[in-house]
Amino acid sequence: MTLEHFQERIRAAVASGEKLRLRGGGSKDFYGNALSGEILDTRGYAGIVAYEPSELVVTARCGTPLAELEDLLAQNRQCLPFEPPHFGPAATLGGSVAAGLSGPGRAAAGALRDFVLGIKLIDGRAQALDFGGQVMKNVAGYDVSRLLAGSLGTLGLIAEVSLKLAPRPQAEASLRLEMPPARALETMNRWAGQPLPVSATAWHDGELSVRLSGSEAGVRAAAAKIGGAAFDGAAFWRGVRDQTEAFFSGPEPLWRVSLPSTAPALPLDGPQLVEWNGGLRWLKSGIDAALVREAAQRVNGNATLFRAPDKKADCFAPLAPVLERIHRELKAAFDPAGIFNHGRLLPGL
Amino acid sequence: MGAALPVVAALREFLPERAILHEEEDTRPYECDGLTAYRQLPMVVALPETEQQVQRILRVCSSMGIPVVPRGAGTGLSGGALPPGDGVLLSMAKFMRVLHIDPLARVAVVQPGVRNAVVSELAAPFGLYYAPDPSSQIACTIGGNVSENSGGVHCLKYGLTLHNVLGVRGFTIDGEPLEIGGGAPDAPGYDLLALAIGSEGMLMVVTEVTLKLLPKPQCARVIMASFDDVEKAGAAVADVIGAGIVPAGLEMMDRPATHAVEQYVHAGYDLEAAAILLCESDGTAEEVEDEIARMKSILERAGAARMTVSRDETERLRFWSGRKAAFPAVGRISPDYYCMDGTIPRKRLGEVLTFIGALEKKYGLRCPNVFHAGDGNLHPLILFDANDADQLHRTEQFAAEVLEKCVEVGGTITGEHGVGVEKINQMCVQFRPPELELFRAVKRAFDPRGLLNPGKAVPTLARCAEYGGMRVHGGKLPHPELPRF
Repeated sequence: MTLEHFQERIRAAVASGEKLRLRGGGSKDFYGNALSGEILDTRGYAGIVAYEPSELVVTARCGTPLAELEDLLAQNRQCLPFEPPHFGPAATLGGSVAAGLSGPGRAAAGALRDFVLGIKLIDGRAQALDFGGQVMKNVAGYDVSRLLAGSLGTLGLIAEVSLKLAPRPQAEASLRLEMPPARALETMNRWAGQPLPVSATAWHDGELSVRLSGSEAGVRAAAAKIGGAAFDGAAFWRGVRDQTEAFFSGPEPLWRVSLPSTAPALPLDGPQLVEWNGGLRWLKSGIDAALVREAAQRVNGNATLFRAPDKKADCFAPLAPVLERIHRELKAAFDPAGIFNHGRLLPGL
Repeated sequence: MGAALPVVAALREFLPERAILHEEEDTRPYECDGLTAYRQLPMVVALPETEQQVQRILRVCSSMGIPVVPRGAGTGLSGGALPPGDGVLLSMAKFMRVLHIDPLARVAVVQPGVRNAVVSELAAPFGLYYAPDPSSQIACTIGGNVSENSGGVHCLKYGLTLHNVLGVRGFTIDGEPLEIGGGAPDAPGYDLLALAIGSEGMLMVVTEVTLKLLPKPQCARVIMASFDDVEKAGAAVADVIGAGIVPAGLEMMDRPATHAVEQYVHAGYDLEAAAILLCESDGTAEEVEDEIARMKSILERAGAARMTVSRDETERLRFWSGRKAAFPAVGRISPDYYCMDGTIPRKRLGEVLTFIGALEKKYGLRCPNVFHAGDGNLHPLILFDANDADQLHRTEQFAAEVLEKCVEVGGTITGEHGVGVEKINQMCVQFRPPELELFRAVKRAFDPRGLLNPGKAVPTLARCAEYGGMRVHGGKLPHPELPRF
């Protein structure tokens, strides 16, 4: 498949007034508002465009399976330290960037958007546009490539992406400590304020799990300092990342609440799993959406309805009127005919 | 004469007299920023002290259709704060308060006029610091850093301003309050924070910034390694990174640069070397010892002629003092110097250096080089005398050729100093008309009438056509296959 294939499809959609639903492996179909439009499958445009380990940068096409990309990096002792969730074997690079989600490594290493260096985008006029590039430092023009991370495909088709990479840590260790929620929140934040190689944290049901990553010497010294019981963490952290851990199973709606890491435990009914030193709280609860939103807002956070059997058009927290106007103006600039992923991010956008 | 201006009368309704400057003797200090080759007297300078005053200034200007240019400390190197001759220069210098430091949450909420270095000083008692450290950090402000997405010598490991700002608050040109990001890691909707940071003051006026603070590493040591060949030094940089090490800092200076610096600060550099590398490791004592040993052996294999590892903090700071003072040091050996800011893929370093060497001969001008080698960000410094019109002209041509070479090898015309007015022509080389048009649409989404910092960063297609014409005249049109409007 070629870029021209996408461009022709987009031109045809604009001409006929048809809406398109940009889709890679479909592993994140559950995320965002209800889906609409004819599927434009991106999986045919796959493969690595450029990769030189000593540059710490990879450029790949949108349809490249995320697992395949990560395998290649692993062979070169490198990784995507923000640990993008796969949510299934079909996950593609393009879908991961469009969703903009990061996994357990985010609090320490940064978010997906922090690692985006450049994007080739096909906009709503079927133009192939290049933003950013393959270098770490680049302030020429507005940072459009990072704007596209997390835009859920509403601004155009992310055709190619350049990402900054990190070396794989030499050593890793996972530890588990018994702890009530308030103390766990304080402990995670205290660790994050000390020069410790903590690369992930997760608290659930009285148990705080922590991962250390770095040099052999650094990990050993930190493990001695932190204490707790060592466990083999690889499967656990992957389970938190991809939501295959037991906590995430079951039919109740799953809320993703983003808030300042020191905010107290949410006073809401339902089990919670805390990540990112407290900055991310997963809540399983069927209570009224307004109550969840209000509780998040009270502590300067926001709540997203992440998974639910019957999602309507408002799974993201509403925007302030000025921000909403800017969103609509941006959408009109990138996608004047409004053909891409209609309504997936904001109602009517 | 300025007192008779309608905008001055409108501002007097809510600003004290001392906060409005319109006489030439008062506005003169604001005629340029760190890029002194471009000067323009502002019609009026406004110095608000409160968010409400900022909002009212913006409302007045926007209702009268008057351009507004925000300014921090004026240390920018690309003319981003060059004033409007027919508008208001909005100085944020009085927004100097650190509003809040939360050591447990590791955030600092500051006003935009707070100087970069102050944040780390105030965070130090909590064992925390603010990572981006541009070399102007004792003078430059956080507002300016946000505007330019400033970097520094530690950004390979710790990121740019973009990676260390959690949220901004401020106003659109029409005075509408904007709050983007904040204490929570994610916000719903598009990542407008990414647009705002590095927007060169063209999308919004920032009045408050939430910064991420990091734990101060327990210790840091730096290796000074000498190479008898610049290309060998460049290859050594790739070897360090290829071995899976992300140094806390990785800087290179060539011999002309070390000679200029050594006369000025006595940093103890090896003056025999064709190039030196400063390669820093930070972390716990165990981590640093381990990493320094690994880096030393890699540098040795890469052909380092001599290596010195800092023995203590005093020596480490002395090694860095030379790098941080490189610009003023070069300023002492030449009447004027012109600092460039391209970024290239690291593997093309040798080729670009050779190219710069050839340009020195072609234009008859010297050009010492300092690089953030770890992230490929070059700062060649062309030495010239601005009183000699021909030298100035040759310098501009020299710089344009270097920046265009950066684009040709897959890099960018600006790594951290911004486009401003300085590199606006080279934007036509790096981007094609459709991308430039989209940048303008992004601008319109925030500022439909183009009143906020007009004429900076994004060229009009007409300007590109004119520049393209000039380059054709020189026989060097970049991307000749592209349509020029």
